Amino acid sequence: MSNAKRHQGHDAALIAVVAVVVAALSILPMFRLGMEIIAPQGRFSTSALQSALSSSSTWIATWHSLQVGIGGTLLAVLLGTSVALLVSLTDIRLRSAFVLLFVAPLLIAPQVTALAWLQLFGPASPFLKLIGLAPPLGSRNPLYSTEGIILLLGVQYGPLVFLIVRAGLRKLPRELVEAGLSSGAGKWTVLRTIILPLMTPSIIGATALAFVSCVGNFGIPAFLGIPANYLVLPTLIYQRLAGAGPSVLSEVAVLSMLIGIIAMAGILAQDYTARRRDYRIVSTSMPAAPFALGCRRVAVEATMWLLILVMLVLPLLGLLLTALVPAYGVPLNLKTATSGNFKFILFEHGAASRAFANSIGLSLAAAIFAVVLAVPLGYLITWRERWWTKFLNLSAELPYALPGVVLAIASLLLFLKPVPVIGLQIYNTIWIILYAYLARFLVLALRPTITGLHQIDRALEEAAQVAGAGLMRRLRTIIFPLVAPATLAGGVLIFMTAFSELTVSALLWASGSETIGVVIFSFEQGGDSSYAAAISVLVVAITFILMLTTNIFARYLPSGVLPWRD
Amino acid sequence: MAGLKINNVTKHFNDFTALSDVSLDVADGEFVAVLGPSGCGKTTLLRLVAGFEQLDKGEIVIGGKVMSGAGANVPPENRRVGIVFQNYALWPHMTVAENVGYSLKVAKVDRAAREKRVEEALALVNLQGFGERRPANLSGGQRQRVALARCLVAAPSLVLFDEPLANLDVHLRAAMEDEFAAFHKRTGTTIIYITHDQAEAMALADRIAVLDHGRLAQFATPRTLYEEPANEMVASFIAGGMVLPADVLSGARDGSCNVRILGQETVLRCRPDEVARSDAKVCVRADDLDVVESGGIAIRVKRSIYRGGGSRIEAFPVERPDIDLHFDLPDPARLEEGAEARLAIRTGWVIPRAEGAGH
Repeated sequence: MSNAKRHQGHDAALIAVVAVVVAALSILPMFRLGMEIIAPQGRFSTSALQSALSSSSTWIATWHSLQVGIGGTLLAVLLGTSVALLVSLTDIRLRSAFVLLFVAPLLIAPQVTALAWLQLFGPASPFLKLIGLAPPLGSRNPLYSTEGIILLLGVQYGPLVFLIVRAGLRKLPRELVEAGLSSGAGKWTVLRTIILPLMTPSIIGATALAFVSCVGNFGIPAFLGIPANYLVLPTLIYQRLAGAGPSVLSEVAVLSMLIGIIAMAGILAQDYTARRRDYRIVSTSMPAAPFALGCRRVAVEATMWLLILVMLVLPLLGLLLTALVPAYGVPLNLKTATSGNFKFILFEHGAASRAFANSIGLSLAAAIFAVVLAVPLGYLITWRERWWTKFLNLSAELPYALPGVVLAIASLLLFLKPVPVIGLQIYNTIWIILYAYLARFLVLALRPTITGLHQIDRALEEAAQVAGAGLMRRLRTIIFPLVAPATLAGGVLIFMTAFSELTVSALLWASGSETIGVVIFSFEQGGDSSYAAAISVLVVAITFILMLTTNIFARYLPSGVLPWRD
Repeated sequence: MAGLKINNVTKHFNDFTALSDVSLDVADGEFVAVLGPSGCGKTTLLRLVAGFEQLDKGEIVIGGKVMSGAGANVPPENRRVGIVFQNYALWPHMTVAENVGYSLKVAKVDRAAREKRVEEALALVNLQGFGERRPANLSGGQRQRVALARCLVAAPSLVLFDEPLANLDVHLRAAMEDEFAAFHKRTGTTIIYITHDQAEAMALADRIAVLDHGRLAQFATPRTLYEEPANEMVASFIAGGMVLPADVLSGARDGSCNVRILGQETVLRCRPDEVARSDAKVCVRADDLDVVESGGIAIRVKRSIYRGGGSRIEAFPVERPDIDLHFDLPDPARLEEGAEARLAIRTGWVIPRAEGAGH
C-alpha cells in the first residue's frame, strides 16, 4: 500500500501548499491590518482610531468618497445598462466591433483615462487648439471638479456594468420574451414588465461592483481631485503617507478600514436586495430574437458610435496629440510635432525607462504566478468541494474585492519591519509591490479557471485516475491542458491590469522600484503632461495589441473569459 | 482478472441513503449487469467499486484484496479497474493513440512496447490506422471503441461500464452490444455493466443485479429474473409484469400450485416451498393472457393502442376497477374502448413471501 500512501501524501501536500499560499496572500495581510487598528504598534490602544476619526479631513474625505462613489455608480449603471439593453435586444449592426471598443476604457488604467480627458478639455488641449475652441491659457480645466470625477468614473466603470448586465441578458430564455409578446404585450411593455425585472439581480450586482470600484478608485480622483484640493479617502491616505511617511501608518490604517467598510456595505446591500425576491430563471435556451429597430436603427447606431467617439476616440486622440507637443501650450501642427517626448521617456529619463522594465517584470511575474497557482486552486474549489474550499475561494477574492488602498496599507504594515525568523526585508523594494500584485490579481486567473473547470466533464479526470495517474500527473497532463486557455486568458488580463497599475504601487514604490503608473502620475504632478501622455500612449498601444492578439485565440476559450469579446 | 465481492455495502449522502446493505458476489470472468430505474443507486455502486466514493459500511474486495472497507481505501489510481464512461471521457487534447497509451505511459512502459500494445488494442476494436486522429474527428461509435481500447490496453482486472450505450442511437446500440459481447468473450475479463435498459442487460449479462431504492432486489440470471421474480418490484419492473392479488389454494407440487386470481382458478408456477395462503401476489405478463369466449375474468377495455399487426389493450376487471391489466390482441380482432371481454390466465408465477433479496 506504499504506493497508495504516496498518492495520498501528494494530495495532502498540494492542499497544504495551496492553502498556505492563499492564506499568506490574503488572510495574513488583512489580519495584520485588523491588528493595527485594534493595537497600533503592537499595543492595545484607541488613540490612532480616535485621532483619525476626530480629524475633520477624515470626514470630509469620507463625504467626498460617498459623493463621487454614488454619483459615479449612478452614471455607470445608467450608461452600462442602456448600452447592454441596446446591444443585446436590438438588431444593431457591427455588434462585436462596438463591444470591443466600448469595453476598452475598462482595460485602460484609470489614470490614463484621466490624463486623456484632461488633455482633451484643458486650456492647453492640442485638439481644442486644432479646432480653435481652446479656452485661454491659465483658465481652469472644467474636469478638476466633483462633476469631472463623477463623469470619468462613470465612463471608466460603465463598461463593467455593461459586461455583467449583458451576461445576464444572454441567459434570458427567449421563451419568456416570446410568451410576453404572444400575450399581446408590446416591446416596451415586455422590456418594462419582463426583461428588466428579470435582470434585477444582474443590475444590482453590477451596481455593487461599480460602487466598490468607484469608491476604491485612486487614479481618477488623484489626477482630477488633488489639483482642486478635493480629496477622497484613497487620495487622503496617499497624501498623508507621502507627507509624513510610515509614522502615520496606524492612522491611515483606520482610513483604509473606512473605505473597506464603505465597500463592504455596498456588497452587503446588494446581497440583501438580491435575496428578497426570486429571480431564478429556470431554463436556459437560445437567446431571444432581437427586436427590430426599423427606421430608427440608423439613428441608434449613429448615437452609439458617437458615444465611442466621445468616450474613447477623442480622449485617446487628445492623449496622442499631447504626446506629440514639444512643450506645454505650444500649438500643434506638422512643423511643431515631435517624437522627442517618446525618446525622452524611453531612453533619457532613468526612472521612466526603469519603470518599463519594472512593470513588465512585475506584471509577467504576477501573471505567471497566478496561472500556476490558479489551476490547483481552482481544481480544489470546483472538483474537490469540501466545506473549507469555499473559504479558499473567498480568501482569494478578498484582496481584489477590497479597494487596492486597503491591500497596499496592509502590505506596508506587514513588511515595514523585516519578516520575523528569516529576517527578510522587502520594504522599499520592488518585492513588496510584487507581493501585493500576487495577492491582488490571483483571482483574475482563478475566476476563468473555475468557469473553465465547470465546463469540463469531471469524468476526464476520473478516466486518468483509473488509468493509474496520480494527482500531480493528472494536474499536469489532463487538467492543466484542458483549462489552460481559460487560465492563460486570465493571465493576459492580469498582465494588462498590472502593467499600468497605480493604486497599489503609488503607496509602495521607492526610488528604483517605480512602476509605469507611478511615473505617469509623477510626470503629471510635476506638470510634464507631454511625457505622461507619451508613456500613456505606449501603454494604451500595448493594451490594444494584447487584446487583439488574444482575440485570435478566442475560439479555444469558454465564452465570457475575454471581457472585450462579444 | 479477478472476481468482485461486495459485502453489505451502505452509502449515505447526507440524509439520503444511496445504497443500503448491498451484497454481490461476482465470479472471475463473469459479466454482471446492474439494472435499475434512475436514482436506484447503480451509479453510486460503480463509483464505490472504482474508488471515487468512500463507503460508510461494508467492504469491497477485488481479486481477493480489500479495496474499500474498514481501515482500507485504495485510491482509484491503484485499483487496476478499467472504466468505460457514459460519455466516453476521451481527452480532447490528445490523439487517439495518446488516449489509449496514457495508462501505459503512467506505468512507465517503454516507448516501443507501448506503441505495440496501443496498436494491438486499436486492432482489437477495429480502429487500425486511427491512432493519429483526434477524438473530435470520430463518430460516436468510434469514440466508444476508443474508450474500449483505452480500457483494455491496461489489462485491468475488472472493467466497469457506466451506461455506455445511453448516448448512442438505436442502430449503433445493437452493433455496440455485439462489440461488448465479443470483447467479453475475447478478454474473459470480469465486467460490471451499469444500465437502465433491460433489453441490454438481458442480452449481455450472465447475471443481473436489480437495484431498487438503494437495495438489492434480486441477483440472478436473466431467465430467472423474468420467469421467477423474487418480489413485486422485480415482477413489475421486468418486462412490464402485472402483479395481481391471489389466493394459493394448494401447496407446491412439481413446481406448480393451484391459485385463484380474481375469481378464476388456474395453475401457476411456484417455488417448491410454496404453501396454501390467502395474501399471495402473482406475476403475469401480457403473453400469459388469452381472450376467451366464456369463463375467465370479466374485463372492460380502457384504451386500445394500435401497434401495427395488433393492438395493446389496457383494461380493468369489471369487479376490481383499481387493477390495471394489459395484453396484446393480434389483428384482425379488435376491442374498442368500453367494450367488455373475458380473459383467461394461461400461466404465471407466484411471487414468494417477502424475505431477504436474492436466492
